[in-house]
Amino acid sequence: MTDTTLDSATVSTDPLLSVEDLHVSFGRGNATVQAVAGITFALRQGETLGLVGESGCGKSTTGRAIVQVEKATSGKITFGDTELTSLSRGDLRTLRTQVQMIFQDPISSLNPRRRVIDIVSEPLTIWKIGSKEERVETSRAMLDQVGIDPYVNGSRRPREFSGGQCQRISIARALVLKPKLLVCDEIVSALDVSVQAQILNLLQDLKQQYNLTILFIAHDLAVVKNVSDRVAVMYLGRLCEIAPSDLLYETPAHHYTAALLASAVEPDPEAPRTSAALTGEPPSPINPPSGCRFRTRCPRAEARCAEEVPEMREIGPSHQVACHFPLGS
Amino acid sequence: MSGRRLLDVEDLHVSFATSRGSLRAVQGVSLSLDQGKTLGIVGESGSGKTVLSRAIMGLLPRASTTQTGSVRYNGTEILNAPNNELRKLWSTHIAMVFQDPMTSLNPVQRIGNQITEPLKIHLKLSKGEAKETALSLLMQVGIPSPVERYEAYPAQLSGGMRQRVMIAIALACAPRLLMADEPTTGLDVTVQAQILDLLSQLQHEREMAMILVTHDLGVVATRTDEIIVMYAGNVVERAPTNVLFKSMAMPYTEALLKSTPRIADPSHTRLTAIEGRPPDLLNPPSGCPFSPRCPYAQEKCHLEKPPLVEAAPGHSYACWYPLTASNPAATPDPVSA
Repeated sequence: MTDTTLDSATVSTDPLLSVEDLHVSFGRGNATVQAVAGITFALRQGETLGLVGESGCGKSTTGRAIVQVEKATSGKITFGDTELTSLSRGDLRTLRTQVQMIFQDPISSLNPRRRVIDIVSEPLTIWKIGSKEERVETSRAMLDQVGIDPYVNGSRRPREFSGGQCQRISIARALVLKPKLLVCDEIVSALDVSVQAQILNLLQDLKQQYNLTILFIAHDLAVVKNVSDRVAVMYLGRLCEIAPSDLLYETPAHHYTAALLASAVEPDPEAPRTSAALTGEPPSPINPPSGCRFRTRCPRAEARCAEEVPEMREIGPSHQVACHFPLGS
Repeated sequence: MSGRRLLDVEDLHVSFATSRGSLRAVQGVSLSLDQGKTLGIVGESGSGKTVLSRAIMGLLPRASTTQTGSVRYNGTEILNAPNNELRKLWSTHIAMVFQDPMTSLNPVQRIGNQITEPLKIHLKLSKGEAKETALSLLMQVGIPSPVERYEAYPAQLSGGMRQRVMIAIALACAPRLLMADEPTTGLDVTVQAQILDLLSQLQHEREMAMILVTHDLGVVATRTDEIIVMYAGNVVERAPTNVLFKSMAMPYTEALLKSTPRIADPSHTRLTAIEGRPPDLLNPPSGCPFSPRCPYAQEKCHLEKPPLVEAAPGHSYACWYPLTASNPAATPDPVSA
């Protein structure tokens, strides 16, 4: 049932979204937090890019900057032919029909006082798409697609549903306008594993059906590998490494990627027992280390790493890494 | 010294009085734990794993819960024991690391005070001795510059640091049994590995028994001696860790494992999701609690609840049609699959 061939066939080489030297900072003066400190990547039409990293690395801020919930401090975000950071509010509003986001907490991201069918049809109402009957019809079909029976459950309110069902409703709401790009921010981290599998499978099916391009932000390495065509690893506001999923997990080139993989637990007693590959915690983003941001915890760090910021460079087919001394070289 | 029986739980039932009737959160659980061993309790939300661990500790509210059965610690019955009896056990014999390090610490008390409190109350240490012990505990749990952290408030520490403080508090009075309820949930993977290493190391040094409660099969796979799988308030399978992963017999255990994504699998591997959701504990089904979602369920499964039977030494499961090669019934039923 796995369909990797179909996946790669629908991935084209034109970028749907490109992010160039994106910076997002909060606060000012001495207390400026550089949540995102200059990252560049592109999302090809029809692909799923996983963005993985630990809390505070700036992965969510990146997602929020792309949907323009957070203002970029500098840098460019280009969607199709449109540069998003300089758009007027009106133009940006139109664009939001094509870029949608799904959030982490399934229950609190739905209005508790509204009926499910109204939650899903609201985007259509706002854009005055179709007659009232047509909107209800479209919303019902959408709910049906995500596995919520619209006739039995359409008039219920979010609190009557479980977390997994609320996440299905959030997906229906995000897809009802038929967006091109979907930003998923930790959408399964609050769910039980059995429900998580349901949602991941659903997302995979809908991606095929609607030819979606997905930015999948999560901290769980196994989940990210499962859904993504390519994976980008972030640390303290910067990208460490981007590569096709299987390649990245098999032959990580950045020392941080390798440490992350070594720390992950697998449901297999025969697997080598993981032990902490890193000590301590990431330094403060208010005062990040000079040069490579990972150097303070990196086993391979040398003097050069403190002086020179490693730039992203190609080390293999579509495998990029930002490290002076990558693994396996 | 390992091998001595420390904890014995027999036919433990816990139910909560709710406005819609009695919610049977734990329905007849038996388990035992020897000194120095680690038991994993695995289950999804609502399976009763947290209620079970709190019932063992005696932490559930008396007014709204009914608890029957037996919990014996070192041979002494502690279920429904009065609080002043339990207080003698807490910290010095049984201690707990709670799930949420963000909210389990007192936000308006300095870290130092929270660690020295049990030392002063239970071990009757003087202020100076308690501080000295607390500082060495902070060092043992891997907190950098403990002298400064001693004066800090919880809000000044990261999640991983707070969990280390929780562990230091739990270990302060050298308990014989440590209950860890989702000790790493919500922590980053690199910090999770650090905390799990720390727990294993301290457990080894102190010959402490541990109950590790988690939803993550990955956490228990390499760090426990025995695993109990819970579903809808029942133990559905119990086995030594290696046996469980190698020859699981209960379809729920298999389903749980198959729905967990693995790093070892190639990208886009289709996960086997468990359709539906766990039963309502106010109206549990009459048969096997997993039967409405089980791909192998037969008529008998919907009618009669299977008992937990020991099929091989140490390996018990509650299933009419277990997943063994010799069982012809263990093929997916086309009607319910």
